[in-house]
Amino acid sequence: MPAIDPRLIVLNTEDTVAVARCAIAAGEVLQIGTETITLGQAVTMGHKLARAPMQAGDKVLKYGVPIGSATQAIAVGEHVHLHNIKSDYTPTYALTDTGEIA
Amino acid sequence: MSMQGFIRSDGRKGIRNQVVVAYLVECAHHVAREIAWPNRDQAHVIGFPGCFPNEYAQKMMERLCTHPNVGAVLLVSLGCESFNRMQLEKIVRDSGRPVETLVIQKTGGTLSAIKRGQAFVMQAIADLADTPRVPLDLSDLIVGTVCGGSDGTSGISGNPATGRAFDRLVAAGATCIFEETGELIGCEDIMSSRAATPELSVELRASVEKAARYYAALGFGSFASGNADGGLSTIEEKSMGAYAKSGASPISGLIKPGDIPTKGGLYLMDVVPDGPVQFGFPNISDNAEIVEMMASGAHMTIFVTGRGSVVGSAISPVIKVAANPEMYDRLHEDMDINAGRIISGDADIDAVGNEIVAMVESVAAGQPTKSEQLGHQEFILTYKTFEPIGPACLPA
Repeated sequence: MPAIDPRLIVLNTEDTVAVARCAIAAGEVLQIGTETITLGQAVTMGHKLARAPMQAGDKVLKYGVPIGSATQAIAVGEHVHLHNIKSDYTPTYALTDTGEIA
Repeated sequence: MSMQGFIRSDGRKGIRNQVVVAYLVECAHHVAREIAWPNRDQAHVIGFPGCFPNEYAQKMMERLCTHPNVGAVLLVSLGCESFNRMQLEKIVRDSGRPVETLVIQKTGGTLSAIKRGQAFVMQAIADLADTPRVPLDLSDLIVGTVCGGSDGTSGISGNPATGRAFDRLVAAGATCIFEETGELIGCEDIMSSRAATPELSVELRASVEKAARYYAALGFGSFASGNADGGLSTIEEKSMGAYAKSGASPISGLIKPGDIPTKGGLYLMDVVPDGPVQFGFPNISDNAEIVEMMASGAHMTIFVTGRGSVVGSAISPVIKVAANPEMYDRLHEDMDINAGRIISGDADIDAVGNEIVAMVESVAAGQPTKSEQLGHQEFILTYKTFEPIGPACLPA
């Protein structure tokens, strides 16, 4: 089992994402498997970071099952969210703090 | 802890002994609220706002007014709405409960209706003090679960811990209900494999496929903006987290709102309307789901929240399970259980599951939940249409 930073949790060994157990600031250095990455963007608790590289169209795995598809290439350690994955069922609607639709 | 229940004429046992004040159209809501207010700990307001008839709403109100936690019922009608108050009153009367219908247009208006209604409530509360109590066992209980204000922690902490509690409750003979087929989209394969029979498996899958079609027609999933702030990206991700509330027991049946399971086990409630899309979103807010589980007899609801919902419910207590440790710190006055300790590494899923079971027992024995103490009695009921469930849904 490859090492994972204790601030992250891997829910299933098949997963291509890990979940943040707490807020992690931009610039923090994290061990994810064999890679050591520097976090490009702050994430808050419950958000996901890539644990494996993904190409556009790849299924994103969490809990060992697909939770959607990548819409662009995603590198290990990148924040995985609305900007780079999408539902395979219905689109996600979310407001930003400024009232824009994400 | 020894649990005692209020015995009702149909043999069901209540864990509370409420007087329901039910408005039968929004136009009677204010009068109902004023009637209940001086005795609001025990007199709970429920109602249906619509002026036009709806079979589903009629059935919901009939089930709710004869819920085991309800001891007496006051119906408040404006007078010209379409709701069949005569039928509702008859069903409540036939259940052996004290019932009266106030028609505001006949009583002389707002003030006289409030005065008469308050007199009924005072008398009912005095009479209910003598309701016989009998020993209550976990196998007498129907327990529902919802998650609301979910975030990326809900599916890791609060929901699996509730699933573990459900496993223990089902093993003890209780009836447990999980629901919101719109939030099980993506789980149809693994869920249908847990069905008690192959025929039920087909029904479970069909219920989720119906939900997927329904939400596709609406153009939005059952997904609120706060879910995304909390780290959830897609409906299927939210679904997998929500699905964890069901635990690992075999699924004994598929019910629709108002169907009351007749034996213990784990049941899925299909809350997505049948037929073409009409009347809008199936679950306009979390309390709509709590109301539907109460209509199927739920004595209490375990509510897992990540973002931090503060709601309770009329009629049946709500146990709030905080999934997120940061939210628990901010909103602990509203939370009964801190499952966030699973995230911070201070407790495991088993330990929190046991805490939830212990809480279910103490709430059944009469201990008020946080939302009960704070006076939360949210209630919402709107238009829907359902076909009856098929014979494969409740295997013998």
